[in-house]
Amino acid sequence: MDEKTIKIKVEQVTKIFGKNTKQALQQLSNGKSKQEILQNTGCTVGVNQASFEVRTGEIFVIMGLSGSGKSTLVRLLNRLIDPTSGKVLIDDQDVVKMSKEKLRQVRRKKISMVFQKFALLPHFTILENTAFGLEIQGMSKEERQKTAMEALHLVGLKGFENQFPDQLSGGMQQRVGLARALANDPDILLMDEAFSALDPLIRKDMQDELLELQSSVEKTIVFITHDLDEALRIGDRIALMKDGNIVQIGTPEEILMNPSNQYVERFVEDVDLSKVLTAHHVMKRAETVQIEKGPRVALQLMRELGISSIYAVDKQKKLLGVVSAVDARKALETQQSLHQIITTDLSTVSPDTLLTDLFDKVSEATIPVAVIDDQKRLKGILIKGAVIGALAGNEKHINVWNEKQDVNNDKPKVVIK
Amino acid sequence: MNDLIPKLPLAKYIDELVVWLTINFEWFFDSITTILEGFVEGLVALLTFIPALLLIAMIGFLAWKVSKWRLTLFTVIGLLIIYNLGYWVEMIETLAIVLTAVFISIIIGIPLGIWASQKKVVKQIVTPILDFMQTMPAFVYLIPAIFFFNIGVVPGVVSSVIFSMPPTIRLTILGIQQVPSDIIEASEAFGSTTSQRLLKVQLPLAMPTIMAGINQSIMLALSMVVIASMVGAPGLGTEVYRAVTQIKTGIGFEAGLSIVIIAIVLDRITQKIGTKK
Repeated sequence: MDEKTIKIKVEQVTKIFGKNTKQALQQLSNGKSKQEILQNTGCTVGVNQASFEVRTGEIFVIMGLSGSGKSTLVRLLNRLIDPTSGKVLIDDQDVVKMSKEKLRQVRRKKISMVFQKFALLPHFTILENTAFGLEIQGMSKEERQKTAMEALHLVGLKGFENQFPDQLSGGMQQRVGLARALANDPDILLMDEAFSALDPLIRKDMQDELLELQSSVEKTIVFITHDLDEALRIGDRIALMKDGNIVQIGTPEEILMNPSNQYVERFVEDVDLSKVLTAHHVMKRAETVQIEKGPRVALQLMRELGISSIYAVDKQKKLLGVVSAVDARKALETQQSLHQIITTDLSTVSPDTLLTDLFDKVSEATIPVAVIDDQKRLKGILIKGAVIGALAGNEKHINVWNEKQDVNNDKPKVVIK
Repeated sequence: MNDLIPKLPLAKYIDELVVWLTINFEWFFDSITTILEGFVEGLVALLTFIPALLLIAMIGFLAWKVSKWRLTLFTVIGLLIIYNLGYWVEMIETLAIVLTAVFISIIIGIPLGIWASQKKVVKQIVTPILDFMQTMPAFVYLIPAIFFFNIGVVPGVVSSVIFSMPPTIRLTILGIQQVPSDIIEASEAFGSTTSQRLLKVQLPLAMPTIMAGINQSIMLALSMVVIASMVGAPGLGTEVYRAVTQIKTGIGFEAGLSIVIIAIVLDRITQKIGTKK
């Protein structure tokens, strides 16, 4: 991840609304609070010295409650709102210092935006709406309609091109919004609460589709939302905002597991952990026996550890089956090898299975469910008690993984408070 | 109070201003007179050249195009009544004055409205002037109009323009400013120039409101016909005015009814054009 290039670099960007912006800016740098500045100068601090970087190809979520300045912040990126101070570098070019003409070119070619309330033109057909950005650029009618049709195809709206926006449902209208943004083939997509106006089921579909789309088009996406679940679902990294300040930036996991302050902590405490945590987070170290070692070793291990069954693996840690103590003892008597007695009919899950999707398997299993990667190597096991503990937010049962750690080699590090 | 502060000689100043304008801008007023007179007379000549029944059929067809058969029926019967009562030529003269006044209102009003919608300062200057134009009794600006344009059709047209232009301007401003801000943002975000934003987004979306303004302008111009007839503008107004001075109720009613019919026809047809998708 480190080699990835930086697409957008925001340095100390501040937006102050009001008349005495100079005075307010001065007070802000002197460390006065938003409230004090409002009282002293009558100015509202929209965004306070925000700095962050967005890497090429990632989905960067800016999340916060209404009034936190997130919508202002995203508009500073394409200068729909002019920053009071600071730098916004897109591909190392400062948007803030650009001439109007240059800025227009950037808006036409590099950045597209998707709006909360769709912002489609009611007097244009779906096709004309999709081609709007291209029309503005002066592309010929034939060419822009062809490109727009491709974009509509991409969002699954083929066949609707001659309808008008008010004939479409909200979800479909937002697909048009997305198609319009994609038609320009920009590097960057700014999505301002793009799915917030949609009902929950449609919203989830759209999130899935965005992720799917992203894997094929690979844009750099800045996504604004007030919905933490949405942020966790789609964000590669999340910036949390409060009162115009960015309070924490991190991966969904970092935000959830290591809230940097009380505000973030309170924000994340209501999160449905079962939809965030994966098998990877809650699995425990699996006790295994190498299959070549035979039933005697297996039995010995089980006795030492006080367990009634053990997973059998080969030298590459590939999961082969499970042996119970009873079977092992029988094998010992009848001189059978482990190969002959292991149960291979196992219920397994992959490390990135969400908790919500593995409850069923865990509850029905008589032995701990095995977590295996795509090479069938045993990564860990799921113990009922630990799963429930993790769900309750008990950090003892949640493994935190360092971004740089190689999942395949390192054992999960259990965080103990 | 009156002893402490002498009365402002406002009336005197206004009189002097009017005289000064009349003398120094004679060329300006004369050319306007020539143009407007030519325009109205040309329009009257054109409309009277077309046989009455054919014109009725044409207007009826227009009504049918924009609306349903009911308006068409009303239009045809109404116009036939005017024809039958013998006010056809007067009706044409009135129509010509109204259309001229509204045409001028549109070509001045819409650009001014667009300008005012883009620049706050312009709006702040224009709004009180519009208030003044609408609330100052029409008779009052009829007086200088006679000085500037003599007696006849021109002062009638000019006063109709002054009285009828405000709704077009106001509703153009309103229509453009009512375009949802996120749609404006979208057009900006995709890199529109100001004129692209105006032509592709703001004006099309403001159109129904602007048409409502034009409709109001037509109605106000029609309401000026009797007043305009007092300075010598020909048409149905003249008939009404004559009936009033000679106390002839019947004739007054006939001419008045003709005005009502024209008003309803123009109102409904322009309304339908405005709301049509």
